[in-house]
Amino acid sequence: MFKRFIGLQWKSFFRAASFKTEIWIKILMGIGALYFILVFLGLGFGSYFMIKEAGWGDPLRIVNQYMVYYLAFDLVLRYMLQKMPVTNIKPLLYLPINKSKVVNYSLGKTVVSFFNIMHAFFFVPFSVVLLMEGYSIVSVVGWHLGFMALIFVNNFINVMVNNKDSIFYVFGGLFLLAGISQYYQWFDITLYTQPIFDLFFDLPWTAIVPWLVLIGLYVLSFSYFKKHMYLDGGLATKQSEAKTENLDWLNRFGNLGTFLKNDIKLIKRNKRSRTSVIAGFFFIFYGLLFFTGAIEAYESPFWNIFAGIFVTGGFLFSFGQYVPSWDSSYYPLMMSQNIQYKEYLTSKWYLVIIATIISTVLASFYIYFGWEAYAAVLVGAIYNIGINSYLVLWGGAYVKTPIDLTSNKKAFGDKQAFNAKTLLLTLPKVVLPIIIYAIGHLLINPLAGYLFVAIAGMLGFVFKNKAFKMIEGIYKKEKYKTLLAYKQK
Amino acid sequence: MITAQNLTKTYSSQTVLNIDHLEIPKGQSFGLVGNNGAGKTTLFSLLLDLTQPSTGYIINNEVQVDQSEAWKPFTSAFIDETFLIGYLTPEEYFYFIGELRGRNKADVDALLSNYDDFFHGEILGQKKYLRDLSKGNQKKVGIVASFIGNPEVVILDEPFANLDPTTQIRLKAIIKDLAAKEGVTVLVSSHDLIHVTEVCERIVVLNKGEIVKDIKTSTQTLKELEAFFGG
Repeated sequence: MFKRFIGLQWKSFFRAASFKTEIWIKILMGIGALYFILVFLGLGFGSYFMIKEAGWGDPLRIVNQYMVYYLAFDLVLRYMLQKMPVTNIKPLLYLPINKSKVVNYSLGKTVVSFFNIMHAFFFVPFSVVLLMEGYSIVSVVGWHLGFMALIFVNNFINVMVNNKDSIFYVFGGLFLLAGISQYYQWFDITLYTQPIFDLFFDLPWTAIVPWLVLIGLYVLSFSYFKKHMYLDGGLATKQSEAKTENLDWLNRFGNLGTFLKNDIKLIKRNKRSRTSVIAGFFFIFYGLLFFTGAIEAYESPFWNIFAGIFVTGGFLFSFGQYVPSWDSSYYPLMMSQNIQYKEYLTSKWYLVIIATIISTVLASFYIYFGWEAYAAVLVGAIYNIGINSYLVLWGGAYVKTPIDLTSNKKAFGDKQAFNAKTLLLTLPKVVLPIIIYAIGHLLINPLAGYLFVAIAGMLGFVFKNKAFKMIEGIYKKEKYKTLLAYKQK
Repeated sequence: MITAQNLTKTYSSQTVLNIDHLEIPKGQSFGLVGNNGAGKTTLFSLLLDLTQPSTGYIINNEVQVDQSEAWKPFTSAFIDETFLIGYLTPEEYFYFIGELRGRNKADVDALLSNYDDFFHGEILGQKKYLRDLSKGNQKKVGIVASFIGNPEVVILDEPFANLDPTTQIRLKAIIKDLAAKEGVTVLVSSHDLIHVTEVCERIVVLNKGEIVKDIKTSTQTLKELEAFFGG
């Protein structure tokens, strides 16, 4: 039976219309995964010696101390990126398949996710190093098994809370707060958590506890999903009370206003788009990593441009990237209604521009880090408006993945709020301005570098009509393929 | 009003539509019947430029639909739920379509007031998003939305399916009125032979992509159609 399920999954993967455009992205993602594996392997083998070298104390204890953040971060990352496996459950409901089997399969699939396996690349080599360094075998095995269970506990916590944004934000907030208060030495959460993790090592039998928790969570999620596998239960669409909204103040923009109104409702009323926009908002703080000198590797001036692009381009990257796909569920309407392609694209463009300007204003606090930081932000904004806004629309013409806005429709849901693909597609939009800056910086001086990037952005702005004509042409050419791809959910 | 010339649509080696010539005059209520795979939806998709013809072209009021977008202002359609925006309330959706077609809220409200009994009190003011409405109610919204803005051509794909009997009867009256009183060219496809013969002045039967019958509706038409489909 499981074999048949896997067969179904296989077919839905290879027979999807978006498969063709996605294969190279999948390859890129594979490379990305390889990179993470290498980083984790490096950490696994290296961290013991790095910590020892630095003289912070017993590497195992140090690792235990920070494990709470490791696990919390893992959870946040999972919530945002881990794709809950979607087996099309509805058609299976009335077939003579044991419900338990369907649920077991769906839950089991989450276990073999990359997000779980990835950790092995850290924990296995680290444990091996511990053994080589003469730590007791029983203790290391206990410690290792304890954490293994905790990683899977995270997996099932993620499965359980996947529907509950509020819990996620509270948790994320607490995690952030804990980090900040530790940094400023108000309150050190690790003082309380480290002894727990130490226990796995000191008293190896205690590693049983997380395993029990894991089993408990599995049973809980199993019974939850089994119990709710009804059309009016877990498989039902959640209905929220609708409010008719009046956004008449946007009417002054004419036809553009009509679309903007719609886009605002799109963002507000759909989980998927909302999450994207929130993710985009957090990009504003991304620059802190660069300008505070928190990470040494980022101190080169070339990275400033990188930061500037991301700080002001959060919305552009998280929302703009998917431009036609947001409308995928009613694309035939948009294509046959009284809408000229140009107006449609222009309204999306304005949305991106407005959001970029808002981000830029919000990012004014970077002036605190000196003129260079602020210049990078401003220049990044100009480049985003002048060049990247087109690139994003252009790229959108080829992204033919339909977006299910109401992801609740599926039992386990496609809860992937923004995915790794988005990040990969952003690379060409980011590397170019760095190169432009580097030319100015190396040939003349930093100021020239900033000016060059700004000029590039302005030039893009000047050629707006040309750029739009070209993009419009591409959209028209891709229209039929896009319509076909959106038909497949 | 609408002319199709040498129109074919081929997927790899399979021809799903092959129409030498089809002319639909203005103000005609035009019915399209045929079994599954006869090419009804393909023809409508071609009319709306949602797919490209393999050969030939369609001219809608002097506009070639795959060349220019100028047919959009006077053409409207409801094919399936992809013509609905799920996260809007019915009112918002009507206003949205209204704005696209140059109608303000008062205009739209005036139009909607004509359809009170069609909606049966289940559409307006329900505090529900379109995606949460039942299939039948979604259909009602889509059909009425296609009447907004005095279109000259209205295309409805299987408008009777999923509707309750009361609404089916009302819809028939509405479609007849549109064509007879307002000179709107209405294109309707249906699997229900009784409904189409009642509503349409002219019925075209598609079979495997080709026009096999082109009938001016009379009292004999239903029998003729039943004989054809019954084999």
